[in-house]
Amino acid sequence: MADEWKPQILGIICNWCSYAGADLAGSARTQYPPDIRIVRVMCTGRVDPLFILKAFTDGADGVLVSGCHFGDCHYLEGNFKGAKRMFMVKSLLKNIGLEDKRLRMTFVSASEGAKWAKVVEDVVNTIHELGPNPLKELAP
Amino acid sequence: MAEKKTKKESTSKKDTKKQAAPAAKAAEASKAPTVSSKEARVGVYICHCGTNIAGSVDIPAVQEYAKTLPNVAWVDNYQYMCSTPGQKKIEENIKEHNLTGIVVAACSPRLHEPTFRTATKEGGLNPFRFEMANIREQGSWVHMHDREGATDKAKDAIRIAVAKAALLQDLVPKAVPVEKAALVVGAGVAGMQAALDLANAGIKTYLVEKNPTIGGRMSQLDKTFPTLDCSQCILTPKMVDVGRAENIELMTYAEIAEVEGYIGNFDVTIRRKPRGVLTPVEAEAKGIVGGGCNGCGDCEAVCPVIKPNPFEMDMKPRKAIYIYHPQVVPLIYTVDFDSCIKCGLCVTACGEKKAIDLEAKDEFVKVKVGTAILALGYDMFPIEKKDEWGYQKYDNVVNSLEFERLICASGPTGGHLVRPSDGVTPKKVAFLLCAGSRDNTGIGKPYCSRFCCMYSLKHAHQIIEKIPGCQPYLFYMDIRSFGKMYEEFYYRIQDEGAKFMRGRVANILEDPVTKNLTVVAEDTLLNRPINLEVDMVVLAAAVQPSSDTDRTRKLFGVSCSQDGWLLEAHPKLNPCGTTTAGVFLAGVCQGPKDIPDTVASAEGAASAASIPIHKGEVELEPYFAQCIEEKCAGCGMCVNLCPYQALALVEKEGRKVMQVTEAKCKGCGTCGGFCPGGAIWMQHFATPQIVAQIDAFLLGGAK
Repeated sequence: MADEWKPQILGIICNWCSYAGADLAGSARTQYPPDIRIVRVMCTGRVDPLFILKAFTDGADGVLVSGCHFGDCHYLEGNFKGAKRMFMVKSLLKNIGLEDKRLRMTFVSASEGAKWAKVVEDVVNTIHELGPNPLKELAP
Repeated sequence: MAEKKTKKESTSKKDTKKQAAPAAKAAEASKAPTVSSKEARVGVYICHCGTNIAGSVDIPAVQEYAKTLPNVAWVDNYQYMCSTPGQKKIEENIKEHNLTGIVVAACSPRLHEPTFRTATKEGGLNPFRFEMANIREQGSWVHMHDREGATDKAKDAIRIAVAKAALLQDLVPKAVPVEKAALVVGAGVAGMQAALDLANAGIKTYLVEKNPTIGGRMSQLDKTFPTLDCSQCILTPKMVDVGRAENIELMTYAEIAEVEGYIGNFDVTIRRKPRGVLTPVEAEAKGIVGGGCNGCGDCEAVCPVIKPNPFEMDMKPRKAIYIYHPQVVPLIYTVDFDSCIKCGLCVTACGEKKAIDLEAKDEFVKVKVGTAILALGYDMFPIEKKDEWGYQKYDNVVNSLEFERLICASGPTGGHLVRPSDGVTPKKVAFLLCAGSRDNTGIGKPYCSRFCCMYSLKHAHQIIEKIPGCQPYLFYMDIRSFGKMYEEFYYRIQDEGAKFMRGRVANILEDPVTKNLTVVAEDTLLNRPINLEVDMVVLAAAVQPSSDTDRTRKLFGVSCSQDGWLLEAHPKLNPCGTTTAGVFLAGVCQGPKDIPDTVASAEGAASAASIPIHKGEVELEPYFAQCIEEKCAGCGMCVNLCPYQALALVEKEGRKVMQVTEAKCKGCGTCGGFCPGGAIWMQHFATPQIVAQIDAFLLGGAK
């Protein structure tokens, strides 16, 4: 097991549900692995597929996009549109020969602190199984 | 990497120039906004939060690291950055060190972003030149035993925040006028109190209630603890006040159909369910002089259809044309079209008043309000799910709301408590507390329903008082008598002779002949089993959000907790607010509350909801989309993506470009995340800013 290797995982999460859920995990002192770095956006609908592709081509080992549950989006349906784009990016990753599991889209509500911790743990485990991003060597 | 960074900066700079034109529209931001980090001077402040952060994060190491970051001109740390001395540091340093951006690494921006934005503003910078690095809720608190991991994460969080702070622009919040009207959904005691407070403050208030009458759950209760006031006696005057208040427009038998807009300007569509009966005002509008329903009840007398009355917990009949009880407000009959056979007898009985219209249809009313209060109330948990207690299986097992009606003077038995099986007055009554509450089996509710202990004590008092020789037995886990004069009430009931058994009831058995019930439990204080035969069992069932809570909250974009109760903006500091600006919570829909707490929360919500209205205008966060016209190909994809119709294609210099209506844009960025040409600039979450954050993220990992 590559214990020494610390994966680089980017989390792009929405302000209203998943960011609040991640805060709740903190208030509840739910412990999870520290191998994720967060960029906050107002809605997962803001996530441009190019952000994800850029992260991967420049060497990120994994990307987690997390928003509100369907029907709960603060902006009605931004999460739905965001999720559709993530499916598109996933198929694109597959086409270029990169494991699409490196990208994960989840839905964590503002009251699901425990779920957030579990999601991060899952993502970290998945990336550990997959190993470093092969594109890292090509990254500028 | 360094080379790449420069390249990025130059592209960002190009974007800036193009951006300058639309952004310059905001007169206050007339200084050409820059998203080049070239001359950025960022001040970084690391908060210890006592030991909350410092206990798990190596603050000196983080501070040394922050000093090495590009664009960082000043780094400091302090025990509590949110305190006055902490904020003063920011204010003073901005001038001393000529800072252009501020990063505070502390708690969540959801908690203190407004605080530090104010400090940034006090220091003379635009408040939107502030970025927060969350190293507490998403750092020290979740990696408490991993000092190295938490420290590395804090360094990275600061690096990512600095990258954004170096590219932040001056932004000006958009001030919009606030409609001088409010909406209250739900007219139980919470909604009525909130509506009365708003109306008394001079605000036009629309009060929408799904039932044909106002009053809610409280109107079903007999007496209230610990003062033993009669519930109706204290509630009906309020109901009358609501009906009379000039500023309250009451809409009963109605529900919210659609909500559009934002704080200050909500456009709400209300569906008025077909009542089938005209009020005198409606009748007059239709030219029927002196007509309309006056509540005489002649129609009810002739109606041949009999249905159970939900107000009486289905223990008393009503007709297909009905009122819940004689004290209803408004005193207008309602036709239950699901059971009406349209025989027309009522129409004849009504005669010249011509109040009944059996062809009534849904009506939709549009109102414009500045703020809204949700007071959606609660329902009883369907306690039959806990089948070991035999509710709905055994005749003499009732829930506490049914007990309230059975003991209430205006109830189906005129206040004489009798067993449903044979109409005999019971001599022994068992009360099961925490019935479905504090239940981790997955069937009941994990939370404490909060008011069941107290009303069960009141029930015990009522049967001791009303039925000489009747013995109440209370099976409890803990008696939670937390309020003012509540503990004293508990002692009083003990002295009156109620018997308390600490233990959860395992099951209840019914004697098929006598219909008596045997309660099987364990007295955990005396360590002995109990097999107690009683005449009647009352289940103090848990409460749960009312049936239409989920539908209504979604219309207003309000989140809920896992139990379905509506989520407040902050559990301690903003318990009436929600994450949707301008929408507030009152009463039990936020979580179980007794009457005093419900009324207090309603007054809080009314006060909070009146602030923007009295202020007259609100500032919207300026996270609007902007079109970079040089890049826009006029494809119009974004126009269809926008859920708020904020975008449109317009003709400009002979070609089509997108144009944003700022007042409609809520800043989600769904358009910006899609635009194939990169022609949409999301203020404060602009592509170069997010890309800079991703670049900064990618620099990690090699420490």
